[in-house]
Amino acid sequence: MLGEGILKGLTETARNFAGSFVSAERLTTVQYPEQRIPTAENARVFPFLVYDGTDWEAGMRCVACQICEKECPPKCIYIEKSKDKKPDFVGKMQIYPAKFDIDVSVCMSCQICVEVCPFEAIKMDTEFELSTTDRFGGLLYDRKQLSRSNEYYHKIHPTEAAEVDARLAEEKAKAEAKVKAAAEAAAAKAAAGLSVSAKSTAVSAASPAAPVANPAEAAPAPKPDGGGE
Amino acid sequence: MSFVFWFLAAIAVAGALAAVLLKNLVHCALALTVVFTGLALLFLQLDAQFAGFAQILVYVGAVAILVVFAILLTRSSETPKDGGVFSRTWMAGLVIAAAVFAVLGWAVLQSEAGLPHETAVPNVTVQQIGNALMGRYVLPLEIVALLLTAAMVGAVIVAMHEMGDAK
Amino acid sequence: MFEKADQVFLLLRDWLVGFLPPGWRSAAGVVLGVIGIIAVFPGLFAITTVLERKGLGRMQNRLGPNRVGPFGILQPIADAIKSLTKEDIVPLNADAVVHFLAPVFLVVVVFMGFAVLPVGRNMVLVNMDSGLLFYFAMGASTEVSIFMAGWSSRNKYSLLGAMRAVAQMISYEVPLLLSSVVIVMMTGSLSLVKIVEAQNQYSWGLPHWYIFTPWGCAAFVMYAVAATAETNRSPFDLPEGESELVAGYFTEYSGFKFALFFLGEYLAMLSISGLGTTLFLGGWSAPLAVLNWVPSWIWFFSKVMLSISVLIWVRGTLPRLRQDQLMNFAWKFVLPMTLLNLMVAALWRFMGDGWARWVICSAILLLVYVGAGRVGMRREHFGPRTYRYAE
Repeated sequence: MLGEGILKGLTETARNFAGSFVSAERLTTVQYPEQRIPTAENARVFPFLVYDGTDWEAGMRCVACQICEKECPPKCIYIEKSKDKKPDFVGKMQIYPAKFDIDVSVCMSCQICVEVCPFEAIKMDTEFELSTTDRFGGLLYDRKQLSRSNEYYHKIHPTEAAEVDARLAEEKAKAEAKVKAAAEAAAAKAAAGLSVSAKSTAVSAASPAAPVANPAEAAPAPKPDGGGE
Repeated sequence: MSFVFWFLAAIAVAGALAAVLLKNLVHCALALTVVFTGLALLFLQLDAQFAGFAQILVYVGAVAILVVFAILLTRSSETPKDGGVFSRTWMAGLVIAAAVFAVLGWAVLQSEAGLPHETAVPNVTVQQIGNALMGRYVLPLEIVALLLTAAMVGAVIVAMHEMGDAK
Repeated sequence: MFEKADQVFLLLRDWLVGFLPPGWRSAAGVVLGVIGIIAVFPGLFAITTVLERKGLGRMQNRLGPNRVGPFGILQPIADAIKSLTKEDIVPLNADAVVHFLAPVFLVVVVFMGFAVLPVGRNMVLVNMDSGLLFYFAMGASTEVSIFMAGWSSRNKYSLLGAMRAVAQMISYEVPLLLSSVVIVMMTGSLSLVKIVEAQNQYSWGLPHWYIFTPWGCAAFVMYAVAATAETNRSPFDLPEGESELVAGYFTEYSGFKFALFFLGEYLAMLSISGLGTTLFLGGWSAPLAVLNWVPSWIWFFSKVMLSISVLIWVRGTLPRLRQDQLMNFAWKFVLPMTLLNLMVAALWRFMGDGWARWVICSAILLLVYVGAGRVGMRREHFGPRTYRYAE
């Protein structure tokens, strides 16, 4: 009959209208900013620099290799290397960025900088309520504004952070194992070398002693500082 | 001849003058609408309620729109020629207009002389108009209806023929 | 006491007018009535805008505006401030005089229509013998203003929108008039006051509203359809369809003139609902004889707001009709049905009182409706395609 469809439509709308007062599925509005939908875990907005521990300057993982600067498509990263060095998480002395600026008004959140960083130093943040009234400098973040602790990283991307931490711990364990093995080998060689040099004839013993002595010298030096402060 | 009559007459005449003197054709059509409204108000001033409101309903509501559509659908809504709104044969037009006015004026004056001067304004209700239309004047009503139907059918046929030609 | 509540506005007017010398009293009374209309109906317009936005929101599974006041009821004030403070942009090539006059003309004409609506017992601004004709004359004049708006903007899309709107309004003018003519025929008068008084009678407690008769119900449905089309409301809002023509004929208007168009459109909606209430729903009369103690103007405004709510409901439900579908519907379905309705009403009158006339009249109307509906809803069988090339 003509008009049947209209009546069916009217009843459906009426049901929607009445239902929106009583059931939540008929009223799906989220009243932003009082209520917020939690973002997904792998949401990404703009990058940030990860630091381990409590001091952002000393614990920064970035070693200013500038790979992210070169790979960034809109070239929104600007890095200046430092003149001195500081130890990294395994204890090796690395340079660090004296300046690390990201212009987030240019950044397109492509995550390429994260993907190419070999030191797990730059990761994607999820915060998006970043509007500012300063048109020119307000969205240019320097390295202090970009630094966030590892605990923050765990909070926003738990699985990813756990994965990264596992990898870093593994690398650190490997490096320490290598150092320990080298130190043990050096100590064994040193003990062997002492007993051999006591015979005072072994020129052949001296040459294996010489190259062995060098890692033995190098090994104790980073050891006290190794593992980060 | 009260102040209201002179005021409304002034509106109607001003609208009519604007309708012939303005450059833009659509402006002229809108001025014609003003004339129609002025006439309707004159009817109302004479207490002919039905005639006044029917004038607005039909003329302003439909005929004015028809005139405007006719202007827009033909191509004369573009800017007029540089000669202005006065045509070259204005003398002949003036003579004809004067002749028509003379005939109309003669007819009106003749009829007014024939009628007895009434002091009371007759109160014509819609019911009386309806009775007259269905009683005494039913033949003219039906002829007018037939004429309108013929016009409508003719318009539809003309429009259909155009579509048929395009095939 | 209830009589006083019913006539409270008239008593107020008489008291206020009593302060003036006798020569000025009738004119002052009319002026007070006009002030009353200008105060009440734009107030209703404000309420209607909130009702529409919240109602449409709820129907579409979302909240409407809810920031400005408690539950957003002060939203119209924010809208008014916005439209008053916006820059009034007139396009360079636009016809400035006509561009300015169009919204003015629309609002003036729509306000004039309110003058003949009987808002309560004895409460009508001008008691004209041909009140209904006056109302339709004013309604027809709105088309001129829409055309003026569309043409003066010198914008092809506005002009298209205006032409469509005018074509639509003219097409639905005839069914609107014919469905009201049935009421005039059965009442015997064009005066809206008399029409309401004719409906103010009760048998077995139920009122004699014309919607409760078969021809009245059919006429009401057709009146509702034609009224929705006359005021360019969904599903007939192609001329102002936001997805097709931006805003149609009022694209080039901004600021206060746009607000005036908006006001004019909603006031036209209110006024045509008011007329529908007067003609079909008994105007200011109460639904049951026992409820006569409630003031008559409360019944009138409740019925008008109910009609508005139904219009909003329909807007939230139906998709837009295409221009040719609209006009086909008007000329090929609604118009013949209104003519049939006239004949059925005449039959009703001639059959005299009794249950027979109810059955026969309802049967005729229903059969024709279902039959015409089936014919109209038949699927067209498409033959092989023919192509028409532009010559």
